[in-house]
Amino acid sequence: MNFNLHDLIVLAPEDFLLGATCAILFIDLFLKQSQRAVTHWLSIAALLGTLGLVLADHDPARLAFNGAYIHDTVAAVLKVFILGIVAMVFVFVRRYLAERKLFVGEFYTLTLFSTLGMLLLVSAGNLVMVYLGLELFALSSYALVAIHRDSGVASEAAMKYFVLGALASGLLLYGLSMIYGATGTLDLAQIRQVGGVGVNGLAQHPTLLAFGLVFVVVGVAFKFGAAPFHMWLPDVYEGSPTAVTIFIGSAPKLAAFGMAYRLLDSGLGSLAPHWSQMLAALAALSLIIGNLVAIAQTNIKRMLAYSTISHMGFLLLGLLNATPSGYAAAMFYAICYAFMTTAAFGVILLLSRAGFEAEMIDDFKGLNQRNPWYAFVMLLAMFSLAGVPPLWGFFAKLLVLKAAIDAGFLWLAMIAIGMAIVGCFYYLRVVKAMYFDAPADKSALVLPQDLPLRWLLSINGFALIALGVLWGPLIGWCYRAFGL
Amino acid sequence: MITLAHYIVLGAVLFCIAVAGVFINRKNLIVLLMAIELMLLAVNMNFVAFSRYLGDAAGQVFVFFILTVAAAESAIGLAILVVLFRNRATINVGEMDELKG
Repeated sequence: MNFNLHDLIVLAPEDFLLGATCAILFIDLFLKQSQRAVTHWLSIAALLGTLGLVLADHDPARLAFNGAYIHDTVAAVLKVFILGIVAMVFVFVRRYLAERKLFVGEFYTLTLFSTLGMLLLVSAGNLVMVYLGLELFALSSYALVAIHRDSGVASEAAMKYFVLGALASGLLLYGLSMIYGATGTLDLAQIRQVGGVGVNGLAQHPTLLAFGLVFVVVGVAFKFGAAPFHMWLPDVYEGSPTAVTIFIGSAPKLAAFGMAYRLLDSGLGSLAPHWSQMLAALAALSLIIGNLVAIAQTNIKRMLAYSTISHMGFLLLGLLNATPSGYAAAMFYAICYAFMTTAAFGVILLLSRAGFEAEMIDDFKGLNQRNPWYAFVMLLAMFSLAGVPPLWGFFAKLLVLKAAIDAGFLWLAMIAIGMAIVGCFYYLRVVKAMYFDAPADKSALVLPQDLPLRWLLSINGFALIALGVLWGPLIGWCYRAFGL
Repeated sequence: MITLAHYIVLGAVLFCIAVAGVFINRKNLIVLLMAIELMLLAVNMNFVAFSRYLGDAAGQVFVFFILTVAAAESAIGLAILVVLFRNRATINVGEMDELKG
């Protein structure tokens, strides 16, 4: 074990983001409320700078800090999208925050620290790094949910998120301790080598490893929000300010995929036949519970939360294939899902104004008559979430279904297709409200003078069609990440 | 003679008490935070026992990280608890029911 300063260069994006976040934290202290926009643009610049550093690094895969940090294409692709999405979220939420007196430096620094945690999580090559990345992400997001201090619902949501999140970390850690006991190492690559073979330590007792695996899968399922470990998700989505929901609903799904890939494939790849069965059960439950319960919702944020649960079921379909093509499909799905969420929540943010949250489905009634363009963006988001061709969401679903069938889970693919049809019902209900119901207020919608939000939201909506047609390069990138 | 198995069983018992504390407790949020701490301590017990048995220090290093993160975690948990109490004037788990459906 030796500490090598050259290792810090491998971590250049993380170093830069850490430095920039600390600088923003410091600069923000000296700004008046009227100058808060400086923090806003500096945070976006920090994310884009980090993104530039990730993209500029063309060196082949390598390790840093004795394998604790993995620099490879999987991590790079996930980081590019995590950073891009968080930057987009910053643009989307500015006006919403300002109108609610939440336009404060804490929001930006907490989100940036949370992003840093996600970057470390997707690059983790060691159980300690997995844990630290996960906690840096999770602790910052608990605080983010509670950022609206005078809201009773937000603090209740934060408490529920905290308790269940901490419980999930505890279960995951218990699993990690079992794996450590069974394999005698914390390094994921070595864990994979030792596997259940019994070279070292207690691995003669495969029970211990299997125990560890079960706890790890439960911990990962909690972080994904897969049923039956989804209890926190609807409450957190509904209770937190929409500006925080859009963040929690988008980029962390990519990080959760990264964590699942590192732990289950890089670490416990030798137990793939066991964990893919467990993931199949989780996927089936998530698809059924998510889609059926979403039908009963009248609050659109809560409805999207249950839709998230069902989408995590779809993502698991790709993951349980346990081959590079399955992982690529799951990664493609996670990226696609993140962009669909930002579009849907972006429209909710756009329609909200001071003293009014557009969070009931009824608030969308007659949106087409009041503003056809953003009704169309919402329509694209809903159709893409439902998986209607030729939108992006359709191809993402196609790939994960193919991965599940290739892995021999035909029954699961059939459940998924059946539940996707059930899912169409509640997505189309929003479309019906927008296009066929009479608006309560017939006046044209007063759009906020927030051009970055309007432009970026339009581009996001357009991307759902564009990538539905031109999905080749992106899926090619995902395949390359897994060496295909 | 105290063997590895004793420590693992102790860890498992502590862990079960903690999980039961989270799920059975319907009264007080502070008890819930204590249960979460206990869960992390059960994990630490496991790590130290395995580390000693395997003669590998890495497990004990992990314990230091867990202890540090646990401190940060309870700081945030208590901060959320204070905010919640100011808004609701209660820390009864059973009354946390404004969000449901």
